[in-house]
This record gives sequence, structure tokens and C-alpha cells, in this order.
Amino acid sequence: MMQHKNIIAAYSIMILLIIAVGILQSWTIALTILNYCLISAVMTIGANIQWGYAGLINFGIMGYTALGGLAAVLVNVPPVKEAWKAGGLGMVVSLILIISGVYIIRTVLRKFENSKKKNYIVAAIIIIGFVIIRYISGPAIENIEAVDPAKTGFLGGLGLPIIFSWIVGGLFAAGIAFIVGKIALGLRADYLAIATLLIAEIIVSIIKHEDWLARGVKNVIGLKRPVPYEVDLQGSTWFIDLVEKFHSKKLDLITSLSERQDVLNQLVIDASSVYVKLCLAGLFLTVVIILLILTQKALYSPWGRKMRAIRDNEVAANAMGKNVVKEHLLIFILGSAIVGIAGAMMVTNDGLFTPGSYRPMRYTFVIWVMVIVGGTGNNFGAILGGFVVWFLWVEAAPIALFFINFFTSHLEETNALKAHLIQSAAYFRFLLVGIGLLIIMRYRPKGIIPEKINIKKI
Amino acid sequence: MDFINAIILLLNYTVIPALTYGSQLALGAIFVTLVYGILRFANFATGDMMSFGTMVAVLLTFYFQSLGISFGFLPTALLTIPPAILAMIFYMLFIDKFVFSYYRIKKSPPVQLAMVSVGVMFVTQAIIRIIIGPFDRRFFDGEKFILKAKEFKEMTGLNEGLAIKSTQAITIFVTVIVVSIMFWFLNRTKTGTSMRAYSDNEDLALLSGIDPKKVVLITWIIAGILATIGGVLYGLDKSYRPFVYFNNMLPIFAAAIVGGIGNPFGAFLGGYVIAFAEILVTYAYKKFFTYLLPEFMEPDSLMQLLSTDYKFAVSFSILVIVLLFRPSGIFKGKTL
Repeated sequence: MMQHKNIIAAYSIMILLIIAVGILQSWTIALTILNYCLISAVMTIGANIQWGYAGLINFGIMGYTALGGLAAVLVNVPPVKEAWKAGGLGMVVSLILIISGVYIIRTVLRKFENSKKKNYIVAAIIIIGFVIIRYISGPAIENIEAVDPAKTGFLGGLGLPIIFSWIVGGLFAAGIAFIVGKIALGLRADYLAIATLLIAEIIVSIIKHEDWLARGVKNVIGLKRPVPYEVDLQGSTWFIDLVEKFHSKKLDLITSLSERQDVLNQLVIDASSVYVKLCLAGLFLTVVIILLILTQKALYSPWGRKMRAIRDNEVAANAMGKNVVKEHLLIFILGSAIVGIAGAMMVTNDGLFTPGSYRPMRYTFVIWVMVIVGGTGNNFGAILGGFVVWFLWVEAAPIALFFINFFTSHLEETNALKAHLIQSAAYFRFLLVGIGLLIIMRYRPKGIIPEKINIKKI
Repeated sequence: MDFINAIILLLNYTVIPALTYGSQLALGAIFVTLVYGILRFANFATGDMMSFGTMVAVLLTFYFQSLGISFGFLPTALLTIPPAILAMIFYMLFIDKFVFSYYRIKKSPPVQLAMVSVGVMFVTQAIIRIIIGPFDRRFFDGEKFILKAKEFKEMTGLNEGLAIKSTQAITIFVTVIVVSIMFWFLNRTKTGTSMRAYSDNEDLALLSGIDPKKVVLITWIIAGILATIGGVLYGLDKSYRPFVYFNNMLPIFAAAIVGGIGNPFGAFLGGYVIAFAEILVTYAYKKFFTYLLPEFMEPDSLMQLLSTDYKFAVSFSILVIVLLFRPSGIFKGKTL
């Protein structure tokens, strides 16, 4: 019972904080924060499945987020026909070659299982395959990138609604996670962290530098939203009527007709952006709730108990006949897929894909801080962590600025120290999050809302 | 003649830069490996600790320059290394006292310590950015080249020039000295032996009367020296920018693991393995082959295996290959 009260209290405080931002700063900012909080919550659910349920450290969250973003581009952007004509064939042939290469390597590995020649044969296949693929894809890539490089220069996507990309992003991330898991999952905990981080860097650098795929660092802009656009809303009568009704008291006070019209226009502009953000928030909230229900069901199912047993004592679980390797791989794939969904949601929210922005600081370490601060092994805790840490991350600068001004109020405006501190106010977010993490790890190592396991008594 | 030209070309564009970069990585990798072997956790604050030491050196360099102190033809930054090392060691011991020691005494699992080091990473980054800001800073002064390409060409009459930047010579020279002193210390002195014993088997070492506090203290002192020197050398050679130092943590980790984590000598060589791989795989060999091959066989393409964009990816791929085939590293480190 205690636990339920704690959860409700913690979430109420969080919602009050966001409402406070809405009143003190603006509703647009509050809703932007809320949307990012919800996306972060999806990411933390993914990381929490891996770390909280199974004790796997995945520092590669950045890579799966980027894959989700890539999926959004490949699903939503209409196909570039000229580019397909220029080099589509070469790329398709290369893809077929890569897939067949993987199959050949697999059969070689099966046939020569205990032979020392196996490694040399595999190496030879990889080198020959690499040369052939470079030979075929090189001119194709050049042709594709030459097609109107200022606007396209890539193959484009399928031209479907972006909402499908949430599923595709999950599938992309799951596919890559399968390969990564096969490579890295045998490693001890902290090696796994380093290995997944470095593999994620490889993934991001491929997305960044293969321009034919998603324009690389040239970014893709203008992805279509699943919700109405502000401009359309501002022109539609039903929306203006709605705003008028909503603010009727305020508007009635104004007597001059032209002034009333100006105020109404301003209100409509504000309300349209709030409305769009609310629609997105609704979509994101649906995803969070669906995932929360699924993960909670899984946690308290026989499967969840099995995962906890494996996490707490691998050797004993193995002795009881549980397949530790298989379960680890499964949970690694599931968690990564959820992170992939979050990546696609993030690109949907922004409407643009910027591969250069995928950096380990923002997309791996901050997410991990969220999971640990919120509560490992507890989904409500992980989601709360996403909210709290993201809120701090965004609001740290204004808070720091307030304190700097407060403590240096006796100094003059031209004081060098004051000017320097005000200039570096943005970096206090690192300090705040870091100290927050250290304090939580020291005094509440299980997080704000700790994991709770019901042990039935006879 | 063409053969010598080709060799000089390779020396100038691959071997010397790789030796320099490798030395910088090697110092960081030994730092990682020592902390891993003796304090038993993967330190994610590595890059930022190096950055902290370098920041002190940069600020002192600017201060010295404003006073008019210089070091002749050598960069002023070399003078600032000793005080920077002191500041670095002080910072590390401070962090250890208030953060790491609690978990060490409690015998927490390494994963928890690694997470704590992530917290330290955030705090260190914040301190650095608040003090010096995120901007690019060049603090190199003094003579830029030891050997200019033009002089070399005149001296030897070859087509290809060999240029040696003074930062490259300083880096390699300082690394060799620091690393030899460190290996002498670890292998020949009593304190060094006790550190190795502690790293091999903690309980046995404690039984034979080794003071764990002293071992930890000496480890942080050596770590501080390595981190600061490695950081300053990198900053002199390229430039100082906090974000780049954070990124450098990744190839440094790769070097430490490739060499066999927990094994200082492996980490030292691992740095060079990573550096040479990065540079050799992304170098365009067109000119090299033009010298060597007869005219009718001259290559049309750049003869580049991978574009330089994939520099980092190369070192990480090597790490993946090593993890797949020899999980304990090239030189046997701690078993996984």
C-alpha cells in the first residue's frame, strides 16, 4: 500500500511541476517538455527491461534511437525516382550480395565447425565480398548522390504515413540488436557496456556518412506529421470558434472590435501550437500506456520471474534448466526494439532527422541516469525517472540562472565573474544531473521508486 | 629512387602521425587499465579527467604567457605540466575520497562503480565547461617544425618531403620516458610489486600485509600523471576542446581492451595497434602505388579502403573482432 501512495505522490508532484512551467513560462514550453518526457519514458522502459529485468547493461541506446529515426525517414519520405533510376539497381545488387555473403559465411561456419581453416575462409569471403561490393556500389552511390544534391541525393523512402515508422523503427532496432547480441552478450557486465557503446558509435557513423541512405549529416527535413499543421488550424473556422468560446470571458471585456480581432488572432496562433503538441502528447501517451501494460504483465508473469531468477543468480537459473543465453538475447532484442520505437517517435515529434545530433552524452548516459534515478526493475520508477531527469535537464539552465542572479545580486552587471557564470548557465545541467545521480546512487541505490517483489507466504 | 620516395611518403603521412596518435592513446589506455586492474571498475570519466588536467595546463599556459614566461623553442605548456599534474591528482583524490571509496569499502559490484563513474563524468564535464567553456583553444607556442618538408627535400634531393612537427617529436619522446619510468616502477620497486600483487589477488595481497590505502593512493597518483601528460600532449598536437576529449575516451577504451585489460604493457601496445589501424585503413594509397608500380599499372582510384569519415569506426571494429576471437585481448589480461 505504501508503495502505491509513493508512486501517486511522485507522479502528482511531477505533473504539478509541468503545470507550474506552463503557468510561469508558457504552455508551449510545458507541452514540449511533456512530449520529450513521454519519449524519454519509452526509452527508459526499453533500458529498464534490459537492466532492471535481466541485468544487462546496454550503453548502445544511442544507436537504436538513431535506427528508429532512420526508419522514420525511410517510411515517410516519398521515393526519389531519379535516384532509383540512377543507382537503384547497383544498391539492390549490393544488398543481395551482402545477404548472400552472410549466408555463405553461416554455411561455412557450420561445415567446418572444428577446423582451423574456418577463420581464414571467412576472412577471405569477407575481403573478396568487400572488394566486389565496393566495385558495384561505388558508381551507384556516386550517381545517387549526384541527383539534385541540395534537396535529395538519396534514395528516399516509401512515402507512407510516419506513424508506421514506429513499428518499422522497432523492427530495425530488433534486427540490429540480434546481431549485436550474438556478438557481445557473452561479455562480463562492464565489457558489455563498452562493447555496446562502441558498436552504437559504428551504427551512428554509418548513418552519418552514407549519404545515399538518409542524406547523412545534410539532414532530412520536412517529414510529415501525423497531426494537423498550425497553419491549417489557424485557417479553419471550427478551430477559431473553439478558441473564441474558450476565451469568451476575456474577449467580452474588450470593447473595440479591431482590438478584439487582434487579440483573437494572437490567441488562435498560441492555441494552434498548443493543440498540435497536445495531439502529439496524446499519441505518445497511448504508446507509453500500451508499453507499460505489456511490460507490467510480463514482469509478473512466469517469464518475468524467470528473468529475475536469471538476473539474481545466473548459475542457479542455468542449473534449473533455464536457457540463460537465449533469454538474454531475447530481452536484449525486446529492449532495443522499444528504444527503436522511441527513436522514431522522437523524429516524428521534431519533423526532422539530424544524424549529427546522435551523441552518447544525450542519448545513452542521460537515459541511463533516468533509469537509475527513477528505479531499476520498476517500470513506474523508470518512467518517473524519464520525467524527472528530462525536466531537470531542460529546466536546469533557467534554475541556474535564477540562483546565479540571486547570489551575485550584490555584484555589478559588468563584473567578470557574474558575466562568465551567466554565460555558462547552460552547463549547470551537467552538474545538476551528475550530482543527482551520485546522491541517488549513494543514499537510495534502488532509485526513487524501488523494485518491489511480492513473496507469497504460506 | 622511387622506392625511397614511396617509403618517405608512407613515413610522412602514416607512420609518424600514427606513432604520435598511438602514444597519446597509449597513455590514456594505461590509465584505464590501471584503474581497471587495481580499483576494479571501468572508468567512464577517463576522457573528462584527462580533459580536466589539460584544462589546468591550458589556463596556466595562458597565465605564463601573460607574464612573459616562455620555454625557448619548446612550448610553454611543458612547463605547466607539473602543476597541472598536482591539480589533477588533487582532484582525483578528492573524487575518490567522497565518491569511489564508499563503494570500494562496501565491495560493490564493478557495474555499480562504473555507473558512479558516469556520475563523475557528468560533474567533471560541468566543471570544465563552467570554468573554461566548450570552445576550441590552441595553446601551442614555440617552434612549430623540427624538420620542414622543404628542407628535407633540399637535403636529400628526393621528390617527397618528410616533415616532423615538434609536437610529434615531443609526444613520442615524452611518452617513451614516462612509460619506461612507469614500467620500471611497476616491475622493479617494492611498491610497484605490491600494486601488481594487489591487482592479481586482493585477498592474498592483504594477507601479506600490503596496505590497500597506499596502493589506491599510488594508483591515483600514477593515473593523474598519465592522464595529464596524455591530455596535454594531445591538446598540443591538435587543439584543446572538451567535447573531443570525451569522444577520445572511446578509442582509448578500445586500445585498453584490445591490449588485454588490466595489463599495462598490453594497453601500451594496444594504443599503437588502434592508431595504426585507423590511419592505415583510411589512408589513400594512390600516390604510394604510383611510385612503386610501372606506369601502365597506375591506379585510377584513390586506393582508399575506407573514407576518413570511418576513422573511429575502424578502431571499434577491431575491438569487436578482438572480442569475438580473443576476449581477453592480444596480451592476456584479466579473464572475462
